Amino acid sequence: MISVRNLHKSFGDQHVLRGIDVDLQPGKCNLIIGLSGSGKTVMLKSILGLIQPDEGTILYDGRNLREMEHSDARKVRQEMGMVFQGSALFTSQSIEENVRLPLDFFTTMTAAEKKERVRFCLERVRIEKSAHKYPAELSGGMQKRVAIARAIVLNPKYLFCDEPNSGLDPETSLVIDALIQDITHEYGMTTVINTHDMNSVLEIGEHVFLLKGGEKVWEGTNDEILEAENPAVVDYVFRSNLMKRVRTALNRQ
Amino acid sequence: MIYRFFAELGAYWLFLRQVFRRPERFAEYRKAFWRDVDALGVKTLPLVAIISLFMGAVVTIQTALNLEDPLIPRYYIAIAVRESILLEFAPTIVSLILAGIVGSNISGSLGNMRITEQIDALEVMGINPAGFLVLPKIVANVLFSPILLIFSMSGGLVGGYLAGWWLGLLSPGEFLLGLRLEFQPFYIAYSVFKMTVFAFFIASIPSFFGYRVKGGPLEVGHASTQAVIATILSIILFNYILTDLILQ
Repeated sequence: MISVRNLHKSFGDQHVLRGIDVDLQPGKCNLIIGLSGSGKTVMLKSILGLIQPDEGTILYDGRNLREMEHSDARKVRQEMGMVFQGSALFTSQSIEENVRLPLDFFTTMTAAEKKERVRFCLERVRIEKSAHKYPAELSGGMQKRVAIARAIVLNPKYLFCDEPNSGLDPETSLVIDALIQDITHEYGMTTVINTHDMNSVLEIGEHVFLLKGGEKVWEGTNDEILEAENPAVVDYVFRSNLMKRVRTALNRQ
Repeated sequence: MIYRFFAELGAYWLFLRQVFRRPERFAEYRKAFWRDVDALGVKTLPLVAIISLFMGAVVTIQTALNLEDPLIPRYYIAIAVRESILLEFAPTIVSLILAGIVGSNISGSLGNMRITEQIDALEVMGINPAGFLVLPKIVANVLFSPILLIFSMSGGLVGGYLAGWWLGLLSPGEFLLGLRLEFQPFYIAYSVFKMTVFAFFIASIPSFFGYRVKGGPLEVGHASTQAVIATILSIILFNYILTDLILQ
């Protein structure tokens, strides 16, 4: 479990995170949702350690990354996998090399063992036939799959995804959502997803919390979100015409 | 402005400390080193050869034009060409040209990696991105620079020889005599040292600018321009300092 307590972060006079408390649960897809500028990305990057918070603690199964020695912190980092919004694949390396990189750095596996592990991960995301291609030769959805394969290659305890569906068509989005959820359940990972895609929220939001103005204003599940009466949730969820129609249909029942 | 200069200098120093942190795995850094030797060193050899060849030819023609005195022996032209190429043209001019070519390449590629979150991806994996991406470039550039220098010196002298012979400015025998006359091997060591210092700047300063890009492609371009300017200014400044310290 990842415990976030009293998290604050400011950039100049802009107070982006205002005392966030949340427990990100293991074996579940934890979704951070909110409008643009609500602090989702800053929060995700703070949890990842890419941004230093001004105040507050983040505990990874009781371990505080900020209080650790550099070498110990690096070991905790090896328990993290990250799927970036733009996939962040290394463009000069093939798909196989991209996925193998963490193994090259942090394991003592033989070349054959690495090859087998890479093959397994690529098969898991169903992209094994593209192993020798380069990122530029793949579609956005395929790049996301490769990014997921790279994120899980070291069997991480924590998986982070920043807008995993951005730029993808609805069908591919569903495939990526299902893949992330399956992997989360299969390996019992603590998965944290930063999104504003309501479809993802309803599909895989086992633990959802809404940020508004840098504060957590609601927490619940995908089943509860449609019935929530919190004005911030209603305002966020039923903003689009599609969701307004969903609400009308729900009210009729 | 002065405050900003020292703030930047401090940031550069902190960046270098991050670059020279102990590598996580030497084998991976070694692979990156050989890739960078090829990209930053071997691939620039043809360009350095062409530039040096013509530079040597031009220096010979200009020196010959300025030494048109029957009392001055023709082999003096070769002496002047040799001194110009060994002391200044090969290490400094080639470094300035490489600052533009290699510097913008390094800054652009790192800047692109920054804005596409590839650097963040390395950091999340637990890899020191500054070390993995920059250290091999610095080592490759510094270790390969003497080879480039010797290549450039040879190219310059061959260019001078060919121009002198082709245009009838001095005979091959006179040119070779001038090359050997009162030759000081220390000048080679001096040039190698200078070129090594410049090679460090050519790799590290653009890396610094590219690594900390914020924004999009426009900012990457802006950072590349700034990186080239800063590298050129550093080379010019240290050329003066080193010349004063070593040759005075």
